[in-house]
Amino acid sequence: MDRRTGVRCQYVTTAINVRNLRKVYPGQPPVVALADASIQIRDNEFFTLLGPSGCGKTTLLRLIAGFENPTSGSLEMHGQSLIELPPYKRPINTVFQSYALFPHLTVAQNISFGLEMLGKPKAEIAATVDEMMALVKMTEMADRQTSQISGGQQQRVALARALAPKPKVLLLDEPLSALDFKLRKDMQLELKRLQTETGITFIFVTHDQEEALTMSDRIAVMSAGTIRQIGGPRDIYDHPAERFVADFIGDTNFLKADVVSVAGQTAMVRLASGQTIAARTPEGADVAGSVTLAIRPEHAGIEAGSGGLLSGTLGEVVYFGTDTHYHVALPDGTAFVVRQQNRPDRADDLATGDMVSISFAPDVGQVLRD
Amino acid sequence: MADLTTAADRRAARTRWLLLAPALVILVFAASGPLLITLVYSFLTPGDYGGVEWQFSWSAWFNVFMERDIFEDTLGFSDAHLSIFWRSVKLSLMTTVLCLFFGFPTAYFIATRPKKQRDLWMLLIIIPFWTNLLIRTFAVVELIRNEGTVNTVLIALGIVDEPIQMLFTEFSILVGMVYVYLPLMVLPLYASMERLDFSLVEAGYDLYASRFQVLRRVILPLVKPGVIAGSILVFVPSLGAYVTPRVMGGGNQLMIGNLIELQFGQGRNWPLGAALSITLLAIVMVALMAYVRTAGDEDPRHG
Repeated sequence: MDRRTGVRCQYVTTAINVRNLRKVYPGQPPVVALADASIQIRDNEFFTLLGPSGCGKTTLLRLIAGFENPTSGSLEMHGQSLIELPPYKRPINTVFQSYALFPHLTVAQNISFGLEMLGKPKAEIAATVDEMMALVKMTEMADRQTSQISGGQQQRVALARALAPKPKVLLLDEPLSALDFKLRKDMQLELKRLQTETGITFIFVTHDQEEALTMSDRIAVMSAGTIRQIGGPRDIYDHPAERFVADFIGDTNFLKADVVSVAGQTAMVRLASGQTIAARTPEGADVAGSVTLAIRPEHAGIEAGSGGLLSGTLGEVVYFGTDTHYHVALPDGTAFVVRQQNRPDRADDLATGDMVSISFAPDVGQVLRD
Repeated sequence: MADLTTAADRRAARTRWLLLAPALVILVFAASGPLLITLVYSFLTPGDYGGVEWQFSWSAWFNVFMERDIFEDTLGFSDAHLSIFWRSVKLSLMTTVLCLFFGFPTAYFIATRPKKQRDLWMLLIIIPFWTNLLIRTFAVVELIRNEGTVNTVLIALGIVDEPIQMLFTEFSILVGMVYVYLPLMVLPLYASMERLDFSLVEAGYDLYASRFQVLRRVILPLVKPGVIAGSILVFVPSLGAYVTPRVMGGGNQLMIGNLIELQFGQGRNWPLGAALSITLLAIVMVALMAYVRTAGDEDPRHG
């Protein structure tokens, strides 16, 4: 079910296999940074760990890198356990959030550091360093001190330094968070390009949902030390499995509904208005009785009058340029937002206080796990 | 307009001099002055009961390095003085190296503790400093003298039959000086290690550097200022040490400091004492220049 197509994806093997990995920091009370997380990260995959700060994503990354030792659980790379290996024996490199470039070395010396430690021959080191500097477009800066280059350039040197030893897996710990907006957009594309060109498995940590959606092949959404949902960007966005995921990624409307019947992945649910509609159910979850339904604002339509799936009173209308947000108050007091793209041919004839009706297609709503 | 500017300028100049005054007073009266007096005394003739006679003489400087054999009336290098110089330099270098050896892991340990604990550890390092130097030195004497703690324990355990003579040897001076000067090494090392970004250490491990390689290729180059400062802070007072070699060496293992004291005291040869002091200063300066030059030039990377 890989989203990408192509020869490379025909043989999907697991690069990093995390099973019931747990990390508890001693203290009063002890802090559970990671609670029995399990993930299979595939070869050549751009995998993102997404979550708010303190959700355990950086802890998981540091466990994979070897900077921390797990309390329990197993961690394998291509079938071999990593747990006993110190970080300098793991074929894994890291791009640090602060870049952690060696201030006493030049750009070229930073990039060659890992190769030298691996004891590569001098000629090979020189060739790889040249290749890496060309890859990140830093060739002219080779002899600069790292303090003499800009943040974006430091970022690229950090990338080149981590890529130079040709690791099997590259870990990236919020590498774009220190860059300004424009540079961040450029680097997102650059990272994606590098990942495709090198074919290295990237494990990327971020709290920025947009970054995760645009760059990743698959995303693991984390919160409070546990993995909430794993899936492609579309899966995660269109079919959030639980309230946290729906809330953390994008904007969502939550509706109370009652399950009438379930058939496979689809459930018939009755809304507060009494109307019944088909909705998706999360994988492997039994849904029954009273549930919460998540509907993305742009997946719903709005028009004047009543008689749609839902009807209510229009409150605020907020114009955003590309689209307009309509805030509707439903009869039971629930707020519902509809987002509509602005088009010149669509007349904006709705005003605050109007009775409006909201509609959405079957299967657009997602039943959330409790 | 022009007059106003000059008046303001003059006021500013006066303020500048006033602000500089304390520093100038200290430089003239506390640093250059005594040094100058010492230099002048080294070219005078010793008085009969100490002090100096205002008569120019090279003899003090001559006696620093040479001596006249009273029986054969021949000139030769002053073996006694040269061996004292050599012992001083040797012991000071060993003190510096040993302080670095013990101080580096100590400072690293403290710098890697949680922030709240660090001050407590530093306090433990500094507390001995609040005690009188003599008392600290005598504490070490108590440990290593023939009837002291170490020998008593060794004999009680049956490891040795009779006490090991540790006191009044070069070894005991070394132990005393390392103990006394260790905090001077730990403090600057800790200061530079505390500023060390430990993600750089992780980056080193991440890039396949073993523990030793991380130490040599990442940590050492980054804390070099601390190593240099600590080494200077230990080496300079070690070279001029007086109390520790006196107490721990028992008077038969002299260092330059004791030799100088001897000339101003029992020896009643102030010019020789002054010349020895200037010699000590010269040795320190030459050693420091050589050290800073090699430490500063040394490139951690080759090629």
